[in-house]
Amino acid sequence: MAGPMKMRATATGGTTEVRVLMTHPMTTAQMKDQPLHFIQNVVVKQNGKTVIEAEISQAVSRNPVFSFRLKGGAKGDKIEVSWVDNKGESNTIETAVA
Amino acid sequence: MTRRSLLAFLGLLLARPLSVLAAWNEQAFGAKTAADALKGIGVSAPAPSKDIVIDAPQIAENGAVVPIEISSNVPGTTAIAVVIEKNPFPLAARFEFKEGALPFVKLNVKMGETSDVRVVAFAGGQQLTATREIKVTIGGCGG
Amino acid sequence: MTRFSATILVLGLTAIPAGAQDTKKEIQKYQQMIAEGSPVELFELEGETLWKKPQGPNNVSLEKCDLGQGPGVLKGAYARLPRYFKDADRVMDLETRLLHCMTTLQGRSRDEATKRVFGNENQPSEMEYLSAYIASQSRGVRLAAGNSHPKEKEAYELGKALFFYRAGAWDMSCASCHGEDNKRIRMQDLPVLYKPQAARPIMATWPAYRVSNSQFKTMQWRLNDCYRQMRFPEPKFASEATNALNTFLTVTAAGEPYRGPGTKR
Repeated sequence: MAGPMKMRATATGGTTEVRVLMTHPMTTAQMKDQPLHFIQNVVVKQNGKTVIEAEISQAVSRNPVFSFRLKGGAKGDKIEVSWVDNKGESNTIETAVA
Repeated sequence: MTRRSLLAFLGLLLARPLSVLAAWNEQAFGAKTAADALKGIGVSAPAPSKDIVIDAPQIAENGAVVPIEISSNVPGTTAIAVVIEKNPFPLAARFEFKEGALPFVKLNVKMGETSDVRVVAFAGGQQLTATREIKVTIGGCGG
Repeated sequence: MTRFSATILVLGLTAIPAGAQDTKKEIQKYQQMIAEGSPVELFELEGETLWKKPQGPNNVSLEKCDLGQGPGVLKGAYARLPRYFKDADRVMDLETRLLHCMTTLQGRSRDEATKRVFGNENQPSEMEYLSAYIASQSRGVRLAAGNSHPKEKEAYELGKALFFYRAGAWDMSCASCHGEDNKRIRMQDLPVLYKPQAARPIMATWPAYRVSNSQFKTMQWRLNDCYRQMRFPEPKFASEATNALNTFLTVTAAGEPYRGPGTKR
């Protein structure tokens, strides 16, 4: 089962800053004693519309933390971030812009 | 096929998990050299640009977490790729920015050793690039 | 020697090489950036869940645990530990006090509650999660470990004595590494921890997430691991000795606004 996520989205001066924390081992091929397990796709949505699509890899650190910036945005806007990993596991979080 | 069953079929298709629909460039992420990784994401002869800003420490106390903040001031940037030249698999990530997103990202990457970190920005038909060397040290014991 | 050449000579001897200063600045930038982009809040989240989870034979949560500011009061609690607790008649740091609440409030056995106090990157321990959460509730509060009750003063003196006490297979003390200015191990500067100026930023940022191993580490672990590195016998969890050392260090750092849980290499 996927570990917790946390996200904060704040609107300042015409931009919405999104900071999202993900619990994930992001193990690499170098770690011989553990199976390869890492997030492959991340999707960011603003009010239901996809604004960022990312392909990431085992080169991203364990327990990934990303900061994104979106145009405009107002208090109450819905930001949603989801991820899927190489095992097909996934998680998602939705936050209102503060 | 009746209209109803067609709609049901489409509904099923759209309800499938993201993993089935989302693409992941296995070839590019599996490339073992920076050149192959770049080729894998369709990059050829990117022009150096000062409009790609890479904000990162010159020295990382530990290679497990290297913070990098990337901003592209190239007008019309729609995507950014991060390539860590000396990593066993150099392609680290690729971000696509659609309408509503700014070409900006901060992320933590793993670096196996001191290396150049290359960012490629895609804007219209253009491919632009900037690099930054980050030294990776091995920490001492303790706090 | 003319005054001019004497000045040049003095400047040449005292000038810090530009390279070393740049290195320090860049490492500070690294430390700042990892703290800004840290997953440590995930540990705080889990800690909050554990704080509220009914456990043990009594099937109660830790929410009535008194960490020194009153039952269940978390704001500023971590910053004011270690301190003397009348009901236990001893000085206790956070983890020692949590253990006390686990056994008295929740009815758990000491054995069960201390079965796994230090975790790893795949499975942090209960103590680690709880420490992250409780410490986060002290952000901005000035460090003020107990230093007035006779037993608190006693703990401080014992901690100070332990800090300089050379023993173990390598005849080392804490002061062997943390007792001299301008020392470092590889790229890490060694803070002289008996000096307030050096102790303050350190005590204000533990417990902490260690990016080098993706583990959340507490003060009981920190002390335990230092002893391991010095080839001492392993200190008992929540022992008088570890509480005394923690008291000495936190009192030395008194007044510093707490800004943890930290993120370190």
